[in-house]
Amino acid sequence: MKNLIRKLVEVTGPSGYESLIRDCVKEEVEGLVDEVCVDNLGNLIVRKGNKAKNGLRIMVAAHMDEIGMMVSHVDEQGFVRFMPIGGLNAKVCLGSRVRFLNGEPGVIGSEPAAGGSKALTFEQLYIDLGWDGQGDPPVKVGDVGVFEGGMLEMGARIVSKALDDRISVAVLIETLQRLDADKVQSPHEIYFVFSVQEEVGLRGANTAAFGIEPDLGLAVDVTRTGDTPKDLKMEVSLGNGPAIKVRDQRMISDPRVVKWMVESAQKAHLPFQLEVLERGTTDAGAIQLSRAGVPAGCLSIPCRYLHTPSEMVDYRDVQNSVALMIELLKDPIVLSEF
Amino acid sequence: MLENDFMQVNNDQIVMLERLCNACAVSGDEGEVRSIVLEQVQPVADEVSVDPMGNVLAKRYGAGERRMRVMVAAHMDEVGLMLTNDEGDGVFRFETVGGIAAQQLPAKEMSIGNDHIPGIVGAVPIHLTSLSERQKDIPLDNMRIDVGTENAGKVKIGDRAVFATKFHQQGNSISAKAIDDRIGVAILLRLFTNPPPNIDLFAAFTVQEEVGLRGARVAAFALDPDLAVALDCTPANDLPGWDEGEDQWAKNTRYNTRLGEGAAIYVADRGTLSDPRLVSHFVKIAEETGISYQFRQPGGGATDAGAIHTQRSGIPSISVSVPARHIHTAVAIARISDWENTQKLIFHSLTGITRDSLNRNG
Repeated sequence: MKNLIRKLVEVTGPSGYESLIRDCVKEEVEGLVDEVCVDNLGNLIVRKGNKAKNGLRIMVAAHMDEIGMMVSHVDEQGFVRFMPIGGLNAKVCLGSRVRFLNGEPGVIGSEPAAGGSKALTFEQLYIDLGWDGQGDPPVKVGDVGVFEGGMLEMGARIVSKALDDRISVAVLIETLQRLDADKVQSPHEIYFVFSVQEEVGLRGANTAAFGIEPDLGLAVDVTRTGDTPKDLKMEVSLGNGPAIKVRDQRMISDPRVVKWMVESAQKAHLPFQLEVLERGTTDAGAIQLSRAGVPAGCLSIPCRYLHTPSEMVDYRDVQNSVALMIELLKDPIVLSEF
Repeated sequence: MLENDFMQVNNDQIVMLERLCNACAVSGDEGEVRSIVLEQVQPVADEVSVDPMGNVLAKRYGAGERRMRVMVAAHMDEVGLMLTNDEGDGVFRFETVGGIAAQQLPAKEMSIGNDHIPGIVGAVPIHLTSLSERQKDIPLDNMRIDVGTENAGKVKIGDRAVFATKFHQQGNSISAKAIDDRIGVAILLRLFTNPPPNIDLFAAFTVQEEVGLRGARVAAFALDPDLAVALDCTPANDLPGWDEGEDQWAKNTRYNTRLGEGAAIYVADRGTLSDPRLVSHFVKIAEETGISYQFRQPGGGATDAGAIHTQRSGIPSISVSVPARHIHTAVAIARISDWENTQKLIFHSLTGITRDSLNRNG
């Protein structure tokens, strides 16, 4: 799976501009599913299986987009001002390398801090294109880019930009491959949605859920951990298994869904953690409120240093997430109250 | 280049814009503009209705198989004030409706309610203030609207107030209140009376954009179009700046748009990442026809497209705006040439649009 992960994370695909990553994912999954479609906003929706009498229509979503930046001004020396796409943090940008969709590289620099104020703002940042002043500048207003950060392996840890949420995209692709290879007979009609524009407000998941009308929705996304020095008091740690989300800023996971996920993990003797996230949300938050409502939950992959060029996950958590996904999807589901 | 271009801004349109800008229609109380819109669209519409929120939804069907259903939205509401507390003798407390900075209000003439009763937001004469007082912003809570004792009984809590600015034209320039978005309404009315023949045009004159894109949300759900264009008015913050630190004129890198540089095409704002296929199409048409255009700087703000594009299973959307200085204040300035370029751009872009324009290369 590591080669797949490397392939996915290194593609440039900020919110709204997911063509390249969509093509990449489509190539991986088209032979494994019954139906492939791309909807109005660019979500890649693939269906596996038909709904048996004891089955459900399930929507499983992982988002293809990553945070990035969009050019708002190019000056005569080739210094570029930009607007953040998604939850970019100004201080994380300083000194980072970027790659534009058109292939051009850049480095983020900043003006000196305005009189006394310590917090770095986007107004002070610019991208240096290393332009020699000949011809036209390599980028123009409206062009988009992302952090540059090739994948790095550190023992069991994997580091890269865009693990949020390409690592989950990898998990879903791997799940599809295993379901296919092991000829798993699931009673469910499963829509794997590789969604767009999650980072700017769960926009793709919103519209995909409306179109699919699922009986049950599951997002697969990354979540932060509480295991670094002087960090938030949070139970989730790298290496302790996939996290089953109980609650985040926009969603209280359906308790019946949480129960089903916990019991499935226990039955298969898989490690897992319970996640309570104070700030942040996932596609599940949008699926839950679609149309007349959908029971929803989320499988979270623990990740440190979110929204930086060097996000970090534990490969064993990733492998266990695949195992848990298969466990969740292969058998009939009975959602019962606690 | 364009020939025989009948989408030029003519005198009738300037007269119409004057009516529209002088009309009073704060979010939630758009009746005065709605009447003007209905009067204009009813004679030519194939279908017209007013939905439960007050949006005017008007359709003109085109000809041709596989033609696209295109929603074009312009919002009828403007930012303003609402009276909240009657303190007697014609003096009222008030709140803002939509985004108005409190510092824009002292010493402004206002027009209140459907009867346009005049009122004034007071200000203390300079003789009676200290330097330190003048350096601080006056909080909204300290301000009052005074309609005088004669008219005290003619206005009440819940009435909305607008700036009493009257429309003026001076050559290529217009000054008025509510150019945001009466200019969009004016363009949409023109488009509706001269629609591109190859599409079904669903005109949505929306309500409550300024308080959260509320009308557009339901209008899009009802119309269920193949694609959408929001016609709005966007800030031109293009005057030179002063760099305190360097004690010299500063390079203005945050102008948003510039007056005189044509129709402003949005690539991204806080509400929407414009569909890249539509951005390419509009730019291509502008280049081919020689229509003057600029990119609205990616950054904050939102248009009706923000609510439209996530409706149902998603609607590919783009926004195109007329630039204006000083919007959301008592008086804004726009150029008729920018208006005309926006009008031409929307017409020619929609005339040239086919299902193939939305083909995915990936």
